[in-house]
Amino acid sequence: MLAHYGYKDGSGDYFIVIDTDKCDGCGECVTACPYGVFEVGEEENDPFREEPVAKVTELHRKKIKYSCAPCKPTSGKKPLPCVQACRPDAISHSW
Amino acid sequence: MEKEYWRWPESKWMSPDIDWKTGDIISAGVDVGSVSSQAVVLVDGKLFCYSNFRTGSDSPESAQKVMDKALEETGLALEKIHFTVGTGYGRVNVPFANRALTEIACHSRGANFMYGPQVRTILDMGGQDCKAIHCDERGKVTNFLMNDKCAAGTGRGMEVFADLLSIPIEEMGQLSFKVEKEPEPVSSTCVIFAKSEAVGLLRKGWPKEKVLAAYSSAMAHRVVELLGRIKMEKDFAITGGIAKNEGIVKRIESELKIEALKPQYDTQIAGALGAALFAKALVEKERGLR
Repeated sequence: MLAHYGYKDGSGDYFIVIDTDKCDGCGECVTACPYGVFEVGEEENDPFREEPVAKVTELHRKKIKYSCAPCKPTSGKKPLPCVQACRPDAISHSW
Repeated sequence: MEKEYWRWPESKWMSPDIDWKTGDIISAGVDVGSVSSQAVVLVDGKLFCYSNFRTGSDSPESAQKVMDKALEETGLALEKIHFTVGTGYGRVNVPFANRALTEIACHSRGANFMYGPQVRTILDMGGQDCKAIHCDERGKVTNFLMNDKCAAGTGRGMEVFADLLSIPIEEMGQLSFKVEKEPEPVSSTCVIFAKSEAVGLLRKGWPKEKVLAAYSSAMAHRVVELLGRIKMEKDFAITGGIAKNEGIVKRIESELKIEALKPQYDTQIAGALGAALFAKALVEKERGLR
C-alpha cells in the first residue's frame, strides 16, 4: 500500500509516501529523523497485517512542510536522512 | 426561527426480509464523523439496518444515539451483536466498540460492498475531510491520501454555502446548473476565502445560482487534483454526503472524463458499512474460520 501522509494546501503538496509493502518495520527511519516525524506501530489501515509498519506520527501529519523544512534547505541540499536510512527504499517525499 | 438551510435529512432504514434471530454472525460498524454519524448492522454479511444522524458535541453520546436509532424497532439488542468496529474521527470514543479501525480501511471495504469488486478508485467527500483511495478487488487499500487540513471540498463547506445563499442543501446540486454558461470557478478553494469571494460576487449582482456554480466547479477541481496523486483508475465511485450533490458529482465527472458508478445505497454509510464488514471478518478470524 502506498500511504500518503501529509496534506495539500494553497502553497503546494506536502506528502511523505511510505510503501508499506516494502517497509519491514525495522525502525531505522525513526532513529534517523532528527525531528521525530516517524514511528513504527500497528498498521491502522489494514487490520489483517501482523507485522509493524512505519508511519508519520499524528503530531506531524498536519505540519509536515515545517517539520521537514530543516532537512530541505534551498541551497546545499543533502540526501534526506529518512530516505537514506530506509534500506528497503520505502520512503519518498512529494516535494 | 430562521430557516436552517444547511440542515440535511437524517435517516434510518431496516431490511424487511431479514430475521436477525436466524443469523450466525451479527456484526456492527459505527462511524462517528465530524459532521454525521452512522451505524450499520449486518446479519451474516447482509445489510440488516442502518441509521444516519448528525454528530453532536459529545462523541460517545453520538455513537450511542446513532446505534440506538439503528436498532429501534428491530427487536435486536446491543448485547446480541457479536462484534462492533468503530471508525471515523471519533472512533476511539465509541464506548461499545470492540475495536477501532481507520476510516480509510473502512471506506474502501464499504465501497467494495456498495459498488462491487470492480471499483478501484474511491473519492470520499466527508464532512470535514476528503479522501482519495485506490483499492484492489477485495476492497483492500493499495494507495491512499487524506486531506483533513483544509476544508475545501468538504460537506461542511457546502453547508456554509447553503446558509450564505439561502438555498436548502438538497437543492444545491440542481440549482448549480441553472446558469446559461458555466462561470469561472472562484479562485479560492479555502472555504473562508471562497465565502468572502462569493459575497463579493453577490454584491456585484451575480445571481446566486451563478455564484453556486462558480463554487461547485472550484470544489470539483480541488478534489480532482487530489485524485491525481493516487493511481486514478476506472471504475470510480464517490462516497460521503457530497456524493448526493449532483452539481459536484457531474462536475467531477466532466473534469475526469469518467462517469462515476451510480450508488444503490445511501453514500453516507460507506464507512460504517465497511466497519461492520471488518467486524464480521474479525469474528470469523476469532472462530478460526479464516
